[in-house]
Amino acid sequence: MQDSILLSVKNLKKSYGNHKAVDDISFDIKKGTIFGLLGPNGAGKSTLLRMVTGIFHQDSGEILMGDKPFDGLQHTDLIGYMPEERGLYKKMKVGEHILYLAKLKGLKGDVATQKAKYWVERLQMGSWWNKKVEDLSKGMSQKLQFVATVIHDPKLLILDEPFSGLDPVNANVIKEEIFRLAKEGTTIIFSTHRMEQVEEICDQIILVNLGKKLLDGSVNEVKQQFKEHIFSVATNENIASMPDFVTILESGPRNIRFQVSEDGMPNRVLSHLIAQNNPIHSFQEHLPSLNDIFIKLVGTSPTARPFEAI
Amino acid sequence: MKTAIIIKREYLSRVKKRSFIITTLLLPILFIVFLFGTSYLAAKSTREKKVIVKDDSGYFVNKLKSSKSVLYSYSQESVEELKKKLYSDSFTALIYIPQFNLDQKQKFQIYSNENLGTEVETNLNQQSNDIVRGERIKIAGIDEQKYKDASANMVSFDNIVGKEQKKGNTNLASIIGMASGFLLYLFMLLYGASVMTSVMEEKTNRIAEIIVSSVKPFQLMMGKIVGVAMVGLTQVAIWVAFIAILGFVAMPLLGNMQMDPEQAKAISEQAMSGGDAGIAGKITTLMATGTLEGVNLLSIFGWFVFFFLGGYFLYAALFAAVGSLVNEGQQDAQQFSTIITLPIIFSFVIMTTAIKDPNSGLAVFGSIFPLTSPIVMMARIPFDVPASQLIISVVCLIGGFIFTTFLAAKIYRTGILMYGKKITMKEVGKWLIRKG
Repeated sequence: MQDSILLSVKNLKKSYGNHKAVDDISFDIKKGTIFGLLGPNGAGKSTLLRMVTGIFHQDSGEILMGDKPFDGLQHTDLIGYMPEERGLYKKMKVGEHILYLAKLKGLKGDVATQKAKYWVERLQMGSWWNKKVEDLSKGMSQKLQFVATVIHDPKLLILDEPFSGLDPVNANVIKEEIFRLAKEGTTIIFSTHRMEQVEEICDQIILVNLGKKLLDGSVNEVKQQFKEHIFSVATNENIASMPDFVTILESGPRNIRFQVSEDGMPNRVLSHLIAQNNPIHSFQEHLPSLNDIFIKLVGTSPTARPFEAI
Repeated sequence: MKTAIIIKREYLSRVKKRSFIITTLLLPILFIVFLFGTSYLAAKSTREKKVIVKDDSGYFVNKLKSSKSVLYSYSQESVEELKKKLYSDSFTALIYIPQFNLDQKQKFQIYSNENLGTEVETNLNQQSNDIVRGERIKIAGIDEQKYKDASANMVSFDNIVGKEQKKGNTNLASIIGMASGFLLYLFMLLYGASVMTSVMEEKTNRIAEIIVSSVKPFQLMMGKIVGVAMVGLTQVAIWVAFIAILGFVAMPLLGNMQMDPEQAKAISEQAMSGGDAGIAGKITTLMATGTLEGVNLLSIFGWFVFFFLGGYFLYAALFAAVGSLVNEGQQDAQQFSTIITLPIIFSFVIMTTAIKDPNSGLAVFGSIFPLTSPIVMMARIPFDVPASQLIISVVCLIGGFIFTTFLAAKIYRTGILMYGKKITMKEVGKWLIRKG
């Protein structure tokens, strides 16, 4: 079951007037995995997510859950969606608000209450039950929104920038919950521009820009695809010489960063050094960070959030 | 089902607000204070006017009857003396009646520092004519008693309106028509605006996207509109209960207190002579049949609820659409909402003419055209509207609000998730013609 595909998106297209917001994007998401959707602002991430949730309807293409066509609005109970820009009714009480959103997802009164109490306790928000939403800190309202998103045990959880505005402690609490939910079989779409989180959290990623998919694969696959064969070696004694096929990038007396051009070469470097009888402390490959790959492909830093006209 | 959850929240969140309770309770109290306050002030400010009559003819002496607002007294002093006294302000007015020929039309003078007021003058005119008529009858040799008998209980008219030949009452009808039209006008503007601001809030504080991932935008919009409608009905129900309690408990009490014995006697005499029924009689018929002086209050209330809901639904949908177009800023809201409030204000203008002439072309058109019909038809209903016009109006209004709701839904579902830039009318037009 672990490897079965929960959600397939096939040739999805959506345009506003002449602007192609989503231009022929396809991908599959396996059940119980965390799927990263990356891209700069205006790339079409939100439009894509809104089509999956059924808020928008695609111009063409298909969304399948299992093997059947899926309309998010017909099956709102299957989806938990936390949009990037999210608000709450300020005048409502915390408990009341969670229950309201839970009931809109189709939970019955007593089940909703029971689940709400469970989650509120779990995230240490018990004492806030009767407080008004307007009195909550930003982090607290984020937690409330998270609870409201997961309370109905959705099969597919869609989180758009779930950590924005959270302090490291609370971000960690939410992160742990995300891992736990994935382990228990929830499939999670995680949209963000924070690459370090992606590397840490996601099993699989796609990168979109200007409505098109640029990249698809597991974090490791993607890194392998973009690796530049850069290695570093550290030794106990001074390094006497290196083979002539390596390009030396940085060199100290006892450590060297170098680049090779072929896959077999690192082993030859290693045997060259072993032959010198110099004790080796470490030998490692430097894969590019997702951030580097992002910049390479999109031409801009993801955190710079370029402003694009829609 | 989910719409019901939204209706419940929209309803409760408003009804539980302190401002709702305060306005609902305070408005009728304010109304009563205003009503009684002004009539009390009016009564207090009509001080007794002292009028001196200098009668050289001898016909008028001791014949003018004083009343609550005017006291006649007679003087033998010369006109010149009296005039001097008048300007030194020891009395209000001086009436000088010289010797005159009874056969001819006469014009006498009232000298005063201020106008006596129409009420006093009309009364004076009538009394003077009676006096002169009496003198003429005497000279003509007609028996005074016979003349009195002949002129008592002459003619009055009842308005018989429509096929059913109901007794109409133009005055009461216009008061009720005006009041209900005005209430509708207020309700449509207030509750419509309430829907609009609430949609704006949901959009600008970005809860809208969370909600529409659970329910269809249409459900959210309708939930809000219906919820607010129920708030309005609750308010009306509370006021009706309030009026009913006031009517059944306080009114007879007030009525008895206000009547002095003489008035009471007059009223009971009137009642016995088959004229107007007394207040007690009116209340009994009102309780028994729901009609007051030929005006059917129960059916008017029924129509009021219908036109309130119809008109409100028609405009609330439009207000919701406008709310969804706003991007954090009251100015956009104003620009769009003016377009919607104009026909409401326009209906109010038509209503005022409809009350003067309920069957004029403009009134008939205004009471059928769905954008104006709720207010205008409501003002016409107390005057008894032909059934055919009522049916057309009802059908047009229902069609009208289905149509506006359909349009509004198209605008709303796109507008509510449109952030960042100002939305132009051209774009809205595109959303409307877009399919699906």
